[in-house]
Amino acid sequence: MVATHALDVAGRSGRLATPGVGGFTARMPVNARENASADAVERERVRDLELVATARDRAAFRRLFEYYGPRVKAYLRRLGSDDDAAEDLTQEVFVSIWRRAGQFDPNKASVGTWVFTIARNKRIDALRRDRAPALETDDPELEIDPAPRGDAVAELNRMSALVMRAVETLPEEQKRLLKIFYFEEKPHSAIAEELGLPLGTVKSRLRLALAKLRAALGEDRT
Amino acid sequence: MMNGLTLDELLLAHAAGTLPEPLALVVRTHLALSEEGRRRYRLYCALGGALLETLEPVALRADAWDRLDRAIDRVEPIRLPASIQHDPRVPAPLRAFAPEGFERLPWRNLGPAAEVELPLAAPGYRTRLIRLKGGKSIPRHTHKGHEVTVVVEGSFRDEQGVHRRGDLVIADGTVDHRPVADEDCLCLTVTDAPLKLTGPIGRLLNPLLRI
Repeated sequence: MVATHALDVAGRSGRLATPGVGGFTARMPVNARENASADAVERERVRDLELVATARDRAAFRRLFEYYGPRVKAYLRRLGSDDDAAEDLTQEVFVSIWRRAGQFDPNKASVGTWVFTIARNKRIDALRRDRAPALETDDPELEIDPAPRGDAVAELNRMSALVMRAVETLPEEQKRLLKIFYFEEKPHSAIAEELGLPLGTVKSRLRLALAKLRAALGEDRT
Repeated sequence: MMNGLTLDELLLAHAAGTLPEPLALVVRTHLALSEEGRRRYRLYCALGGALLETLEPVALRADAWDRLDRAIDRVEPIRLPASIQHDPRVPAPLRAFAPEGFERLPWRNLGPAAEVELPLAAPGYRTRLIRLKGGKSIPRHTHKGHEVTVVVEGSFRDEQGVHRRGDLVIADGTVDHRPVADEDCLCLTVTDAPLKLTGPIGRLLNPLLRI
């Protein structure tokens, strides 16, 4: 599916409106305690991944596998792999995580986001495996950012937590729609049919959901 | 904008991993050159990560950990390659296609322009590098499908404005377009053929071909 998610936030030229300075600054009121506990969980995961990278620590790796493994499998099942294929591909994803742990940079992505991108790339590799090997899909797009500005680092640190919180506050139907876009490969018309909604409604709901996410990130200028 | 494919749609689909290869290459080249693009792309990756957490976990088999524990005995860590001597003009996603730089590619002369087709196995798409000399233009044309272009070097202008290094430009059938290079300009361009395709790949393409 090439999504024609009609976000319409970019102009015809496809260029984005100039973002505000510090696009990811949190301007949303947040519950400090909840935030602190989410931070603590994320810090543990980052520490586990660093233990994997620096000490080849299998206990730490097993903790990550036990948490993310069933989620990665769910992701792959949802995108159409049968149980055997999803189980095998999950193994490959985690072998890759074991090997690449040293490349993880907590200033650029949360552990969950990093795991998602590895699972996504593995899935693409698997789909392309039958064809001529073409592109190296593991190229680290999350890592090619040349040194972010100092103030950007802290913002990036918070981004994933903010996105997650924002996703939680979305109405169920918008959450469902986002999941379909990420976890099912379907043309928009099929999505609309599945939801029993007119195509225009599907598009406007997607647009609404993404606008809310951007607003949660303090990025409401588009 | 009935047919309006936007940069945000491309970035979101790329983050979700659902873009056909030629469009993924254009987006990756854009990301290599545009900090704003990377910023937006990271948001959509973070959204994927957040959504991953919302999925109902599916139990792994009982022996999954033992299997993984054995599998990692046999592998070495992957380190980022030490900085190899690259032509700095070639953005990372294009290096596989132009390992010795753009000059050495087999350019086909088209008068004011020159082009070289990149070998991507993607039915229904043409993926080309196009060069246009400063001050020259490509004759007016429209597109039956979409044309997605990223400026790799130099700049050009058309009815939509001026496009510089890293900019991603989307044109479709409603754009009547006559690009003029302001200075020597090199672009990566993907066009989709006006075909309705069926089958698994066709299903990927058809949303783009809604004309």
